[in-house]
Amino acid sequence: MGFYFIQFLTGLASASSLFLIAAGMSIIFGVTRILNFAHGSLYMLGAYISYWLVTTLTPGPLGFWLAVLAAATVVGLVGIVIETGLLRRIYQAPELFQLIATFGVILIISDITRFIWGETDLVGPRAPGLDGAIEIFGHSLPEYDIAMIVLGPLVLGIIWLIFHRTRWGTLVRAATQDREMVGALGVNQAFLFTSVFFLGAFLAGLGGAAQIPKGGADLLMDLNVIAEAFVIVVIGGMGSILGAFLAAVIIGELNAFGILVFPQMTLVLMFAVMAIVLLVRPWGLLGRPEAVSRAPGEAPEPPLQRADKAVRCLFTATILLLLLVPLFSSDFILVILIDIFIFVLFAVSLHFIMGPGGLVSFGHAAYYGLGAYGTALLVHYLGTPMEFALIAAPIIAAIGALVFGWFSVRLSGVYFAMLTLAFAQITWSVVFQWNDFTYGDDGILNIWPSAWLSSKTAYYYFALILSLVCVYILRRTLFTPFGYITRAGRDSPLRADAIGINVQRQQWLAFIFAGAFAGLAGSIYVFSKGSVFPDQVAIPQSIDGLMMVLLGGVKTLTGPIVGAAAFTALTDWLSSNEVWFWRSILGAIILALVILFPQGIVGFVRDKFRPPEERG
Amino acid sequence: MRKIISLAAGISTAVAMTATGSVFAAGTIKIGDINSYTRLPGHTVPYKKGAQLAIEEINAKGGVLGKKLELISRDDNGKPGDAVKKAEELFTREGVALISGSLFSHIGLALTAYAGQKKKLYLAAEPLSDALVWAKGNRYTFRLRPSTYMQAAMLAEEVAKLPAKRWATIAPNYAYGKDAVKAFKEVLKAKRPDVTFVTEQWPALFKIDAGAEVQALLRAKPDGVYNVTFGPDLAKFVREGKLRGLFKGRTILGLLTGEPEYLDPLKGEAPEGWIVTGYPWYAITDPAHKAFVAAYQKKWNDYPRIGSIVGYNAMLSVAAVIKKAGSTDTEKMVNAMEGLNLDTPSGKVHFRKIDHQSTMGAWVGKTKLKDGKGMMVDWKFLDGKNYLPSDAEVMKRRPGK
Repeated sequence: MGFYFIQFLTGLASASSLFLIAAGMSIIFGVTRILNFAHGSLYMLGAYISYWLVTTLTPGPLGFWLAVLAAATVVGLVGIVIETGLLRRIYQAPELFQLIATFGVILIISDITRFIWGETDLVGPRAPGLDGAIEIFGHSLPEYDIAMIVLGPLVLGIIWLIFHRTRWGTLVRAATQDREMVGALGVNQAFLFTSVFFLGAFLAGLGGAAQIPKGGADLLMDLNVIAEAFVIVVIGGMGSILGAFLAAVIIGELNAFGILVFPQMTLVLMFAVMAIVLLVRPWGLLGRPEAVSRAPGEAPEPPLQRADKAVRCLFTATILLLLLVPLFSSDFILVILIDIFIFVLFAVSLHFIMGPGGLVSFGHAAYYGLGAYGTALLVHYLGTPMEFALIAAPIIAAIGALVFGWFSVRLSGVYFAMLTLAFAQITWSVVFQWNDFTYGDDGILNIWPSAWLSSKTAYYYFALILSLVCVYILRRTLFTPFGYITRAGRDSPLRADAIGINVQRQQWLAFIFAGAFAGLAGSIYVFSKGSVFPDQVAIPQSIDGLMMVLLGGVKTLTGPIVGAAAFTALTDWLSSNEVWFWRSILGAIILALVILFPQGIVGFVRDKFRPPEERG
Repeated sequence: MRKIISLAAGISTAVAMTATGSVFAAGTIKIGDINSYTRLPGHTVPYKKGAQLAIEEINAKGGVLGKKLELISRDDNGKPGDAVKKAEELFTREGVALISGSLFSHIGLALTAYAGQKKKLYLAAEPLSDALVWAKGNRYTFRLRPSTYMQAAMLAEEVAKLPAKRWATIAPNYAYGKDAVKAFKEVLKAKRPDVTFVTEQWPALFKIDAGAEVQALLRAKPDGVYNVTFGPDLAKFVREGKLRGLFKGRTILGLLTGEPEYLDPLKGEAPEGWIVTGYPWYAITDPAHKAFVAAYQKKWNDYPRIGSIVGYNAMLSVAAVIKKAGSTDTEKMVNAMEGLNLDTPSGKVHFRKIDHQSTMGAWVGKTKLKDGKGMMVDWKFLDGKNYLPSDAEVMKRRPGK
């Protein structure tokens, strides 16, 4: 009995830290609709700064907590810098464009942190005054766990008071419900956004700072907490602070007791819960249905246009040039170009569902990865010939998309994004932890193409042609009835419904269609590298896809192609020429692109050359 | 117009690649080095420093075959796919003679597959995966550091002498953790059929819920705990374990826990009395090793970690194999590497012909707090060659090679 009680308290303590991670993200999203990927970086900064304060000042019990608050405040100020210096400039950009900006911030903060504090993991000092354990029913419980158990509800209470007892809080709640109306009533939105960002960043910093006596600070924590934060925010309901707390308690306790029963299920559990909650209560436990967005400047997009003559000529010239490349370039250029072809296909397939389909998927890597793993497993276990595996890959990916999509299209907007993310993470956890079948982290090796494609040049042409054909099919499909219906469903679900289109089914079909092409891209990738690893299913793969589409321009058809080529080439070039700081350089370039081209690169070019009435 | 940009991106990459590319300096032999420099700098920076020190010393003595060695480093971004791409770049653009490096097992395995397919020499310096030389091993891949199996076997041998019968394990839930637990159980069971394993805990890598895991271990009432967690997970595990009394009166083993990379960050929190594999660089009295430590500290104003000695030995191995082969031809180097012997600061190292595993050993000892930081005491150096399965068993594990 005593054991279960202690386990319960332990679960509560980790619930508190989960809550602190997620609360800030939830508040920021609720008001600004920005999914702040850099939240983990702010958390990491909080940990490093409080570590530094506590170890250099070695304060007493009161001083320790002051140091924690000071660290959180500094992080809050960093949040203000990010909001005013960067995000404010791109609020007019298409939805979710801010995401790339926060991604750039991750890269930069990570390098700065390494530069300042060095690369060694820092183990946090124990909290003065709370450095021991107490005995409960013959079991020990660390004193700091009790502090954490108190801290979570305390922070929740303070936020609640601020939100319900101050004018500022009332405005924040109003903005969470209807941002445009608050603006229309004359509230200074700029100040509101900045202050909300401060609070959110402050809470992230507090979360990082308060956990050092239970852990410490290391350079991987930024990305390690981000998935957890998402899960809590989504389960609780985006923008609901009480919901986040409830979700944290559920996940914390589930983890504490789950490991007693299924010690191997640690990763899957959390995402499975998130998927179930989203299916039963699509807006999270205490969230509300997403208000219809009336974001300023979001005029309906003009109809898609077929490429005009100039563009067609450019396409042809590029293709001709690509066909000639092997004649004069080294093998390595071919390697990079093959990568680019694969990512172009991946990005275009994501764009299909994201742009014309209007459904932003955060888990497109799932289908890419299913194609990749499907291929590798077939070859490895059944000795399937390459040609057959390449045909099977899109089918496997499509089956995955069929199952996951069936659930996902029931949701829309950011909840759709989160459910796709959950499915992708479940897929990844299974691949990563099911050693006996997938070899887990060791990956599946020696999956090489058939003899006739074993030379680099042959594989280059193969990848080029396959990618060209598929990109053409995806593009062509947009101008078929199937494509038009998909876009009708995006632009006006109500009207589409009224004229007899089953919007959900249409979205589902489009999702499967896009998934199949992503699967093929994954399969080409496996044969080009000769191996497959869980990375191909992981979050960064999905983010890369989003980066490519958004950088290129989500509202254009050529955008994902340009975005994929530019992003891949840039990353390769930087990381080959600079070993230590290439990521922050990449981050800075991304930020510059984001500010200069808020419509994406191709969107910018098009706006320059098209008359205003045709602009998107 | 739109297309021009993608085109320009492609061309400018191409131009940049060739422009900065291979200028073969006369009289140098290029060595490709791939590691997770941005993903795990805490481990890879010491590795690189060790490697650079070795290169400098070798060159100061006139290099190899009358040529100087040059190390060309690339960051793999912690991703196997990127590592393979960098390998391709190093061979085709930089014209390196061979590649070495890597820390993560999965990246080591990706490079192993690459080496086998392209018939290029790859010296896996640090990755520990058993599959690298056994199940997935090939003619072109060699490994320097003692593997998961060897280190687990060393610990199992140590505790087989102790009374502890009920064992619990805790390991990160991925390939390395699974290998480490499997090897430990296998060797310990063989030596002590009377032991039982009462629980296995599998926290997710770098996402340990330490309090709950420690409770779960306590609940099983083990006599001994075998720990494979490392990095930030280890710190959390140690803190919770201490506070909750998990380590009191129990035999605790730590795979790699004695390595400075993992023990030093713990500072005053370092556990006491654990039996660990590690690297007590401060206490090794062998003159060759003392010289290495002195040179390292002089050059870098820092003390060596396990990565440093592995990096140093890796470059010594590279120099030795090129010298023995008398050329940088891959097939000749592979033939020379099979059965290569060399002297290193950590003693004699032999690259086995049978599975391409080196016999570099490891240090096994007990942890102790001294002056507010963790040290290894009562340690001994165990030669790796005594902790590998029989040749017949190795052949079974290395199919068709």
